[in-house]
Amino acid sequence: MKSGGSLSIWFFIGVSLAVNGAVIFARGLYELAYPPEHQVVLYNLHANVWWGAVLLVLGLFFSLRFSPARERARMAAEKS
Amino acid sequence: MLSSSTLVHLSPVDLVIIVFYFVLVLAIGLYLKEQANTGEDFFMAGREMTAWVAGLAFLSANLGSLELMGWAGNSYKYGILAAHWYWIGAIPSMLFLALIMMPFYYVCKTHSVPGYLKLRFGQDSQALSSISFALMTVLMSGINMYAMAVVMKVVLGWDLNFSIIVSSVTVAIYVALGGLRSAIFNEVLQFFLIWAGALLIPILGLIEAGGWSGLKLKILHNLTEQHAANPGAYTHLWSTLGNFSDNPMGINWAGIVFGLGAVIAMGYWTTDFLVVQRVLSAKDLRSAELAPIIGAAFKMMVPFIVILPGLLGLALLRDGSGNLLRLVPADLAWSPAGQAQGLHGYDEVLPLMLARYCGPGLLGLGITALIAGFMSGMAGNVSAFSTVWTYDIYGALINKNATDEGKVRMGRWVTVIGVGISIGTAYLVMHAQSIMDYVQALFSFFIAPLFGTVILGMLWKRATKAGGFWGLLAGTLSSVGMYAWGKLDPSSVRYLALSAQAQDQAQNMFRALWCWLICVIVTVVVSLMTKPKTDAELKDLVYGLTPIPKQGHVRWIQSPIFWGAVVAIVFVILQIIFW
Repeated sequence: MKSGGSLSIWFFIGVSLAVNGAVIFARGLYELAYPPEHQVVLYNLHANVWWGAVLLVLGLFFSLRFSPARERARMAAEKS
Repeated sequence: MLSSSTLVHLSPVDLVIIVFYFVLVLAIGLYLKEQANTGEDFFMAGREMTAWVAGLAFLSANLGSLELMGWAGNSYKYGILAAHWYWIGAIPSMLFLALIMMPFYYVCKTHSVPGYLKLRFGQDSQALSSISFALMTVLMSGINMYAMAVVMKVVLGWDLNFSIIVSSVTVAIYVALGGLRSAIFNEVLQFFLIWAGALLIPILGLIEAGGWSGLKLKILHNLTEQHAANPGAYTHLWSTLGNFSDNPMGINWAGIVFGLGAVIAMGYWTTDFLVVQRVLSAKDLRSAELAPIIGAAFKMMVPFIVILPGLLGLALLRDGSGNLLRLVPADLAWSPAGQAQGLHGYDEVLPLMLARYCGPGLLGLGITALIAGFMSGMAGNVSAFSTVWTYDIYGALINKNATDEGKVRMGRWVTVIGVGISIGTAYLVMHAQSIMDYVQALFSFFIAPLFGTVILGMLWKRATKAGGFWGLLAGTLSSVGMYAWGKLDPSSVRYLALSAQAQDQAQNMFRALWCWLICVIVTVVVSLMTKPKTDAELKDLVYGLTPIPKQGHVRWIQSPIFWGAVVAIVFVILQIIFW
């Protein structure tokens, strides 16, 4: 999407998912090492580990695919 | 800022995620300020959005946090019948907007729905619809703000003033800076956050319940144990709609099909400028047609993260002693007596399920999704208010010679003022709760007759200026009258909603149907008695007199009609599966 600049909306979404995914994944790993006293239902499935990893991978994909450098190159190619 | 008794407790990790969200949306607003210099940029996002961005924003503007929590609560209360508001109450009308109505909106290059009414029916209709819309939008924004602050207080223990001020100031900053483009960027971001934050609930819930069949068995068992009427009706979409008394909503199939599907949904999705504005920002006609179809495809999936958690709550929620947890109406749960007994309202089912499965980090993401939903809903209201005020009230009635630069300046100020009025409304509601009922009802009164006026204007060239105005006025006034009659004489429900057992939602459906019919009948009668416009005057405004621009060579897989048909087929399959 043209945004009037070199930052695409998808880049912002990628950054958001990657940061949130990294934080949740890290917390999940911490809980694997130090299980909390009060556990949520289905804690044994360790949702924060795999869901955090999914968000991190998805976020990195969007961040790289729509990075400012790539967008600038794409816009330059469109102009030429 | 915090009170002692709360539904969930946030950890530092959760706060990091919430604070990061606020920083990101403000950064987006600052970044987009440089791209909002002209009226087209500020109010129409430059009309350069792709179908995907316009489509996701179109859906997200409706996907506020109150919508999420409210419909999860309704599915707990009414069962899977609540899914009608996402399926027949959305999909056919979104497809109708895409394939039938969008060409007219797009070709006449209007900035707003009242703007179309001016072109078609003249300034009286524009003034009536724009003033009503502006007033209702900003009031609704304030009422939603207050309701959200109450939820934040109940769920997180946050102070009401803190929630109202922080969220509204953030919205004011990013919409005033970047205009509609900024609102759309944040709506698309919110869309992803909602799915990221809410998708785990149905996944883990279905695992715990033993799949869909296990869930149905548990609901049947729990409701039978509680002696609920028609316990089997909670998991059937259509088979219990033969009689008013066979389902928990007290409605029949005619109310759902005609009241909801044909009038309320058509009115909301095709004429409420809050959502239509997103589609008008598309870069070309094909994108504008595809955007609502993309929105419809995702709308069909929303019950997975909204309706299913409500049903899971019916099946799985238990109190600390292992007994079934019964949720109650919000006014009872949030009263001092209800709080003392530890009662929970229907609308708390989503946060309850969130707290059930989500530990630190995931909980923060879920709460962020709710906050993001609220803020983008408010941004949607404020950006639509700013556009309608600037073009249809200020530009049309107050200063007809306003320059483009002046309109952008006005748009920025009106955004801030709109947020200010919303805050005022929020505090007004705090002291007079009943206002909430009346204004929400007033908003719904306006949508159904507006749809009657717009659809006749687009499809019937004989409709005249006087017919459009008097039809709209008669439809709106009759709806207000029916609502007042229902309040003054509750027994009137047997006439207004055809059944003494009709619940609130059923009454809304039938009231909308009747006022739409009144609008259409008055428009037709007055039009036949007055002089119509010539064909030349109606060019680009009415079906049959509007040449639709050629879209060039488009392969079948890129065609809006093809994707519309795919969505329609999936919609029918879903109705059969959950019949």
